[in-house]
Amino acid sequence: MLLTTLILGLVLGATYALLALGLTLQYGICRIMNLAYGELTLVAAFLLVVLFKSFGLPPLVALLLICPAGYAAGWCLYTVMMRPLVQRSGARGRLEVDSILATFGLLFLIQGGLLVVFGANFTSISYLDQGVSVLGVPVALNRLVALVICVVAGGALVAALNLTRWGLTIRAVAQSPGSAPLVGIDVNRVARQGFALGTSLAATGGASLAMYQTFSATDGVVFTMKALVIVIMGGVGNVAGALVAGVALGLVETVVATAIDPGLTLAATFAIFLAVLLWRPNGLFGRRS
Amino acid sequence: MKVLLIAAGLAVLACAPFAVSDYGLGLLIGAVTYVTLASGWALFSGPTRYVSLATVAFYGIGAYTVAVLNEALPYPLVLISAAAVGAAIALVVGLSTLRLAGIYFVIFTFGLAELVRQLITWFEVNVTGTLGRYIFLDLTARDIYWQMLALGAATIGLTAWINRSRLGLALRVVGDDEVVAAHSGINLARTKLIAFVLSATILTLAGAIASPRFVYVEPAIAFNPTISFLTVIMALLGGANRLWGPALGAVPLFLVFEWLSANFPDTYPIFLGLLFIAVVFALPDGILAGLEKLRRRGGEVRA
Repeated sequence: MLLTTLILGLVLGATYALLALGLTLQYGICRIMNLAYGELTLVAAFLLVVLFKSFGLPPLVALLLICPAGYAAGWCLYTVMMRPLVQRSGARGRLEVDSILATFGLLFLIQGGLLVVFGANFTSISYLDQGVSVLGVPVALNRLVALVICVVAGGALVAALNLTRWGLTIRAVAQSPGSAPLVGIDVNRVARQGFALGTSLAATGGASLAMYQTFSATDGVVFTMKALVIVIMGGVGNVAGALVAGVALGLVETVVATAIDPGLTLAATFAIFLAVLLWRPNGLFGRRS
Repeated sequence: MKVLLIAAGLAVLACAPFAVSDYGLGLLIGAVTYVTLASGWALFSGPTRYVSLATVAFYGIGAYTVAVLNEALPYPLVLISAAAVGAAIALVVGLSTLRLAGIYFVIFTFGLAELVRQLITWFEVNVTGTLGRYIFLDLTARDIYWQMLALGAATIGLTAWINRSRLGLALRVVGDDEVVAAHSGINLARTKLIAFVLSATILTLAGAIASPRFVYVEPAIAFNPTISFLTVIMALLGGANRLWGPALGAVPLFLVFEWLSANFPDTYPIFLGLLFIAVVFALPDGILAGLEKLRRRGGEVRA
């Protein structure tokens, strides 16, 4: 029983970690708090379902399409919608408020679109749902596949950020967007890449979630909320922190859902959020102020 | 002169129910409710620029308190209890988030309505065993209209008074630059907390006053996220840091919303989302500021 909870929590946590990774990239690099993040995740999840059900495309192949499509969507979104806001705000702290408001509108726009196209019902697909024994615990194969996707995508990103020259420029912009141009970094380009990459991660997370979970067009807010709490727990802009916090949240949620009540998972999320705010507002792995 | 004008306007509005049909009265109640919500929201979020996305959390708490207490207590006491519950929750939220950077506050309020909804649903299903309650109060639509009008007038009056007081000045400094505010001796957390609790109490009362119109209340009805969304866009459209801005934005948008939800029930969230983005891009400081800018530009051309 305990082991089952642990393994299921780990799978859920890995997906959350991937989602939070994208959000922390967007906020850390572009200073854009994207409230429509969960809706972008949902779009990818619905896309996977449509590709699977209507076109018979295996989800793993569909994922190879959705991941770059997410990057392209993020690229366009930044160029069309966020860039004017960034330019308007200049050096003042106005961008944060503007981006919150603009993405809040985007949230309703996308949610409305999804409701019109797919309705308010729960959707799911059955794909690779035979059980596999992991340490004596039967786990559906689709969950394991989702876990592998998250580990590979998240791991590749962390390695790229820490080991490559490209990762260095990204980290430079995240740390000090004002000084980055002094060493010849095109902040606008890096911010666009960061936003697109974050959207791509949202899409990957959503697509892998769709392989094993039921979801509906109104779930986006909850995804955004969870990703935000993980970002705060891990420390804003802290990639490793987001990974650890994501897995932790997945575990806590699974424990609460099995031991107390599945209806209280968001309450558990908020309880953690409050505890972190009161105890360590800079994140579990942040420096104490 | 100005005071007389406002008093006359209020008197006309108070007499309006005698001149309109039942449908018209329904529209009036809705419009006044949103004027109250948008003005109450702007009381805190206007000057400080701390965007609160939790309007419906407090509105719903007000409605739910009435649903729970309406048979146990006399009506005035029910309203006072609702205000107290709303203020207490705002105090807890404010104490835990307003001492930190604004982003934590936004995130917290973003999920607050959903959290309260889940908690009430869980409590009702597991402890009391009933999901959904009835409100039977001996109040006519006119009574509700007058109460809401009084609350709306009180909200705008309170905002006007705060704008002239030291608290209002402190709030504006906090909104402009928190570092400067701290250096000039403003107690940041206390200033923000007072305004947030006042604003949340008004929102809660609005929910409590509007609730007899629902008759039947359940969490999914009381905590409809569209209300939070509409409140923010109305206040922004008119200008959140102007006294009359939220009221100016609320009335036309409420009518547009009514028309859209009657004629395009499925697609109106899309229209509203587009409208919201348009407001953020085209009128970042609201209609009033936009008009002033236009007039100033016109003056320059003539000169």
